[in-house]
Amino acid sequence: MGSGDCRGPFRMDAKTNDLAALEADISARIAAATDEAALETVRVDALGKQGAISVLMKTLGSMAPDERQAMGPKLNGLKDRVGEAIVAKKASLVEAALEAKLAAEKIDVSLPPGPKRIGALHPVSQVMEEIGRIFGEMGFALEEGPDIETDFNNFTALNFPPKHPAREMHDTFFLKPDEKGERKVLRTHTSPVQVRTMLKQKPPIRMICMGRTYRKDSDATHTPMFHQIEGLVIDEKTTMADLKGTLMAFIKAYFEVDDVAVRFRPHHFPFTEPSAEMDVRCDRSGGQVRIGQGDDWLEILGCGMVHPNVLKNCGVDPEKYQGYAFGMGVDRLAILKYGMPDLRDFFASDARWLKHYGFSPYLTAGLAGGLT
Amino acid sequence: MKFTLSWLKDHLDTNATVAEIVDAMTMAGLEVEHVENPAEKLAAFSVAKIVEAAQHPNADRLRVCQVETKDGRKEIVCGAANARAGLVTIYAPLGTYVPGSGITLEARPVRGVVSNGMLCSGAELEVDTDGDGILELDASLKVGMSAAEALGLSDAVIDFEVTPNRPDWLGVAGIARDLAAAGLGKLIEKPAPSPKGAFKCPVNVVVERDSGCPVFAARVIRGVKNGPSPAWLQQKLKAIGLKPRSALVDITNYLSFDRARPLHVYDVAKLTGTVRARLGKAGETFVALDDETYEITPDMCVIADDKGVLGLGGVMGGKDSGVTEATTDVLLEAAWFEPLKIAQTGRATGINSDAKYRFERGVDTGFVIGGHDLATQLILDLCGGEASELMLAGEVPAPPTGFAFDPGRVKSLAGLDVSGKRAKEILIALGFTVKGDDKRFDVTPPSWRRDVEGSADLVEEIARIEGFDKLPANAPPRANGFRAPPTGVGESRLRLARRALAGAGYFECVTWSFCEKKHAELFGGGSEKLVLANPIASDLDCMRPSALPNLLRAAQRNLDRGRGDMMLFEAGPSWSGDTDADQARTVAAIWQPRPKRSWRGAEAPDVFDMKRDCLMALEAMGAPSSLQAGPADAPWQHPGRGGSLRLGNKVIATFGDVHPRILNALDVEGPAMAFEIKVDLIPAPRAKATHAKPALEKLDLMPLTRDFAFVVEEGVAAADLVRAAFGADKQLVADVILFDVYRGKGVDDGKKSLAIEVTLQPREKTLGDGEIEDVSKKIIAAVAKATGGALRS
Repeated sequence: MGSGDCRGPFRMDAKTNDLAALEADISARIAAATDEAALETVRVDALGKQGAISVLMKTLGSMAPDERQAMGPKLNGLKDRVGEAIVAKKASLVEAALEAKLAAEKIDVSLPPGPKRIGALHPVSQVMEEIGRIFGEMGFALEEGPDIETDFNNFTALNFPPKHPAREMHDTFFLKPDEKGERKVLRTHTSPVQVRTMLKQKPPIRMICMGRTYRKDSDATHTPMFHQIEGLVIDEKTTMADLKGTLMAFIKAYFEVDDVAVRFRPHHFPFTEPSAEMDVRCDRSGGQVRIGQGDDWLEILGCGMVHPNVLKNCGVDPEKYQGYAFGMGVDRLAILKYGMPDLRDFFASDARWLKHYGFSPYLTAGLAGGLT
Repeated sequence: MKFTLSWLKDHLDTNATVAEIVDAMTMAGLEVEHVENPAEKLAAFSVAKIVEAAQHPNADRLRVCQVETKDGRKEIVCGAANARAGLVTIYAPLGTYVPGSGITLEARPVRGVVSNGMLCSGAELEVDTDGDGILELDASLKVGMSAAEALGLSDAVIDFEVTPNRPDWLGVAGIARDLAAAGLGKLIEKPAPSPKGAFKCPVNVVVERDSGCPVFAARVIRGVKNGPSPAWLQQKLKAIGLKPRSALVDITNYLSFDRARPLHVYDVAKLTGTVRARLGKAGETFVALDDETYEITPDMCVIADDKGVLGLGGVMGGKDSGVTEATTDVLLEAAWFEPLKIAQTGRATGINSDAKYRFERGVDTGFVIGGHDLATQLILDLCGGEASELMLAGEVPAPPTGFAFDPGRVKSLAGLDVSGKRAKEILIALGFTVKGDDKRFDVTPPSWRRDVEGSADLVEEIARIEGFDKLPANAPPRANGFRAPPTGVGESRLRLARRALAGAGYFECVTWSFCEKKHAELFGGGSEKLVLANPIASDLDCMRPSALPNLLRAAQRNLDRGRGDMMLFEAGPSWSGDTDADQARTVAAIWQPRPKRSWRGAEAPDVFDMKRDCLMALEAMGAPSSLQAGPADAPWQHPGRGGSLRLGNKVIATFGDVHPRILNALDVEGPAMAFEIKVDLIPAPRAKATHAKPALEKLDLMPLTRDFAFVVEEGVAAADLVRAAFGADKQLVADVILFDVYRGKGVDDGKKSLAIEVTLQPREKTLGDGEIEDVSKKIIAAVAKATGGALRS
């Protein structure tokens, strides 16, 4: 090389071509590089066009073959090692820079996020979906009717004789009389939907309906507005035994119990004959009602075989068709399952109650995974 | 109604326990409300005798009594004015719980003198309502005798409810019949008395046609002595909460409860001329036994004499013609009144007497004369005297007629296996007349069972006596296929809206369907057609035109309790009229924003949050995305900060700030925002031939964006500008975002600058500069045409 004892910025003994000293020098500078720019300078000085190693490589061509055979592998080995050391150093510098950045970006994650906005469904809505699901599985279609009803649909068609004391028991709300002196009522039960369904549809009929009902009554267990669910099955051979089996299946599914004892107790409703009230086994010890166990009875619904007069009034031939009807209070079913202490709270829109007894919007009622 | 165990045993030969009787009543259809055993309640109380009563040294009104009790002699302080030496009364030892006052006795000095027990009034024992003095008992009663025995209250009292179809159960004998049929004992049928008339009835009785009283049986019993009734009768009445009055009155009350046969007695000395059942006349009044004066109307049935109204037939007798201790000659009435007439009179007068309660449900037509005979005999037995012949005015209504019955109906209707023989046995036990073989009966109901009209009624009779507990339970049906939707589209939309809104932070409420009329008017309702004739409260007198007033009030109530920032909604009905079509399914929501402070800076909810939530609920319900924004439309909206969402000319939804005037009228603090969706106006989903979705168009060419700023008049709606840009090239314009609204320097007064970013989606090849220029020109032209706006220079 003769041009000096120096290869670029690196020191080496030209006489001996002391590669070991060169390598040590380059390694020291790689190790000393504190950032990517310093490392790049080292790379250019060693491996760049005019870099120490590159210049040495160029001398190989002018060497005698035996000398070249000895120097070639040494120089290539040196070049590879230096290249790898630079790549490794570079990776560690990138890593260190990221670590430093991350450390600088640290925040207090215990701070509160923005306000969480999640509301809730009213228990009545949830319970109606549960009930709808259970009867839907049994093939009941959902029918609807208006809250403002005619006297005929609410009473007369259902075999309430005009002026009969049974009407008085309903504490009916009336609208003001029209020009003809007829006054509409707020339906006192969901039974007028039975009438509407029979009038528009031929048997067989298998329906439920749910909705608001009204009676002029207000105390701890009565509110002027409440909710009912009604069921009706009409065909040529349905009996009270079918009614009992269907209601038992409903009670089991709704209360999510494996078995439940029920009792049919004779009762009187103008629109059914025979009529019954159904009680279920319950346990009242400990202040809460538990359905399905214990040795007490709890009245849960009214039911019976549709009265022949009702069939007649709705255009269904009582000589050919028969069937059953049942009705129960949705709010009461909600209370029995979910334990709200007071019916009046259902309609008070108190935020504390809505949050406590309301249902997550993600909790849809289903039979496969349980209703709740 | 109430009866006692011993009373029941007058009619039923049974060894059944009270529990068994209650159970059998329940399973026969009689709802037992309560069973009270006074012997248990009064176990600690006993008879005692005051030996000496001295004035209390420190209190004028108190006496210090030396009392002979079952526990020996006791010094007892007593405040009753009638506490005197020699009085036999009831004593309660220390530690006794006194039911009437709700306290447990302790040895505490009363004004310096310790009382070692208590002497009791009837009210304190809850045996009557007399709290004025301590009980005064028969002096012959032995000290130490139990109070229940001394007061004749050792009997269990069963309180039960009777359904309106069974007036025969309003008499103890009727209950005994059902219990006997149910196998609980043997019915005791007593021979019917037939008192002989010694003279012709001296009072003429007439029933007028259509008076509501088809028959009136009468007899005069003269020479009676009307004093207190005998102890057995008084005890019976007292045990069921009736106050004994005099023998004559007690007999009528007794038969009302024993045989469901109301009767009335008149003092003959107070009658003038003919006694007549007729319709009332306008302007007539009378003073009833309850001392109230009632106005008579022409649709009421009255019993009158030549001077005027004696009583409201079957409802209540008159004060002036009633019997007293001085009565010697008495006219006994056993009549039958039309149930509807009685119910009507009861409603009009507000009287709810035991007689009215029975007549309006239907009293046994077959027991008019029998009941009269029985009462006559009792009067003769208890009050002496001499009876006239029976005078029967009018005619006893015809008994129920018979019909054919196939006992197989029990199986085919109730699902219960009962043999023809057994069915016949049950009906006969209940008093029905049954003829025919076991396959087909001819059944005639008894006169007290006018509720039985056909086969279904007989199935009920047979099934309930055989026992509803024997009803089998058939397996429930399964849905037969998946075609029939369990829910209609309207209802399922409400379900979707509920879950969407609850997921966005709103709480679902269920509020009254009614509201105050003046509030209804503020929300566009309040029509006379929707006003309740008999509201439960004056502020709940009108069917609501919207749930919003109720929700706004609810939010304010919560705010008043310290819970602000209420987001509430209701998915339910509202009304614009009284026809079926006038009931609309609506989703109403309100937000009374009171955002909390936050380290990130507080939120500032505004109309656009409401608009976003409204659109979200609409989308959840499947409303089309092509809804157009329009101006405020509902009366509750702030005119400038409210809008509507329309489909053609139909307003599907309204949203915005609530009008300050409305907030003021509802007494709700602003700010408050709301939206309301008319769910039924959302078009129903169209039935499609296939459920497959159209093929996905995945364009590979890069979309590009271009910004435009237009200067428009202040009144121009941004949505119109956006829509114009969208429509400028339906092939290429894929999206338009409005990202800036600017007023101020560089824009003339009365104008504003709206900036949009338009996304162009090349379809077949990359767009060249010329093509982009062409689209830009189209957009500028379309916006200019729609809004009059020009590109901002």
